[in-house]
Amino acid sequence: MSELRDLYQEVILDHSKKPRNFRMPVAVTHEAHGRNPLCGDTFTVFVDVENGTIKDIGFQGHGCAIATASASMMTESLKGKSLQDGRALFEWFHRLLTTPPDVGTPAGPLGKLAVFSGVREFPVRVKCATLAWHTLKAALDREAKAVSTE
Amino acid sequence: MSVERSAQAPALLDVERIRRDFPILGRSTRGRPLVYLDNANSTQKPQVVIDTESRFYSEQYANIHRGVYLLSQEATEAYDRARERVARFVGARSPREIVFVRGTTEAINLVASSWGRTHLGPGDEVLISGMEHHSGIVPWQMICEERGASLRVIPVTDSGELDLDAAEGLFTARTKILSVIHVSNALGTVNPAEALVAMAKARGVPVLLDGAQTISHRAVDVTELGCDFFVFSGHKLFGPTGIGVLWAREEILDAMPPYQGGGNMINVVTFEKTTYAPLPFKFEAGTTNIAGTLGLAAAIDYVDALGYEAIAAHERKLLTHLLAGLSAVPEVRVIGSPKERVGVLSLTLDGVHPHDAGTILDLEGIAVRAGHHCVQPLMARFGVPATIRASLAVYNTEAECDALIAGLAKCVEVFRR
Repeated sequence: MSELRDLYQEVILDHSKKPRNFRMPVAVTHEAHGRNPLCGDTFTVFVDVENGTIKDIGFQGHGCAIATASASMMTESLKGKSLQDGRALFEWFHRLLTTPPDVGTPAGPLGKLAVFSGVREFPVRVKCATLAWHTLKAALDREAKAVSTE
Repeated sequence: MSVERSAQAPALLDVERIRRDFPILGRSTRGRPLVYLDNANSTQKPQVVIDTESRFYSEQYANIHRGVYLLSQEATEAYDRARERVARFVGARSPREIVFVRGTTEAINLVASSWGRTHLGPGDEVLISGMEHHSGIVPWQMICEERGASLRVIPVTDSGELDLDAAEGLFTARTKILSVIHVSNALGTVNPAEALVAMAKARGVPVLLDGAQTISHRAVDVTELGCDFFVFSGHKLFGPTGIGVLWAREEILDAMPPYQGGGNMINVVTFEKTTYAPLPFKFEAGTTNIAGTLGLAAAIDYVDALGYEAIAAHERKLLTHLLAGLSAVPEVRVIGSPKERVGVLSLTLDGVHPHDAGTILDLEGIAVRAGHHCVQPLMARFGVPATIRASLAVYNTEAECDALIAGLAKCVEVFRR
């Protein structure tokens, strides 16, 4: 069953079982709490920004494999990036998940994050993959209240 | 009550014949035959319900209670007959006790808003249970906030039953109503209506039973139950969406102010004062879901023809089969073990989030619900953010239960890689 393998790729399973940066950084300049009201999944994303650069990033909470792997891989992709590049990556990731599968997969600077393209076959799961990213954006925008993917 | 009845070994249902009555059961999803196990969410529709709605629109449609012409008269008569059918179905004393609403949610909102507005004051208490659906929590919360009243909650035991001893202690002189889910939509627990009603009646407290999950599994007789309000939705009874029922004793409904104002619910309107229509029209403002009402009556006829004893016996056989199969998957944890349960159960899978399981099962053609099932407080009570819920109906088979069990084993396998 190829759809199953396309969705739950090895790298996604690996990150969901062993999430990277699953912690609160020592210094935190931005944080936000995100929640998917459909399933109750919830993450807090912590960022330490110094001179316009994401010096450290981590997350805590619980979610499904897609949400957890996405959060984990997001933190790996963003550490050391400039805020500008981080925001650009958010846009690319968002575009990846909202581009219809038959139109193709946007390349851009996504790198490993392209493994999430399989999620597009399951529209109700797109919110799982974007939960951590929306939470990150809220943190960087310094939105005070919890974000929701609804 | 149905337990005793079914002890007389009712005739077994011809499930293959029943399945042919439901056209959707012939389709496949994701290239697999559909295994529909989300019946607590909503049930599928037999051809007779679909035809009833369709025939009404193609051959008999007109608005009711308005026209002097024949078509409108015929539609009105059909609507009135449907109300009589529902009244007989739940054991109401009169069709005037049957109010058509959009569903269980609207019915509880109607009671909370209309009855609550006139019966709740500062310091008063509304007693609900820890396994209420959000529709049995939020409407009461809203009116409590408005009226300065508060909610009290009967706790749920580890076995997924209501703690009746604790319930006794929660009644106070300020308890104005007991509003309880009759059958849990998440755990399948059949709550002891008789004991709860007796407890409330001893203190002169009226009782609302949420029968949304009762109605497709058990026969209901409101007189026997002894409650004051009983509410349910058509779409969980193989009927259309957007139609539901509020039953309440006539004298209670009579004393309640209207819920919504508009056409159909009035007697005389002037700019100075309006007098209201008699029951049940006082609570049916505007043009109602006429086609849905006729469809609901058709669904009731369908279920009655099958017979609740036979339905319950079939579902009990399936549930026993399912529970036995699940016990062979070590990663499965079924939430609660109530003594009396309909074919609804929530489970978690070690190492697999319910949403991931839901997607993997979907790829096998199996439809279950994964999430919080609109019972977030109950999920919190059992320390889980979400569960996988399988819920059975009369058209399900043992082979479908086996498909679910195999699917769950596959979920475990995928995440063991």
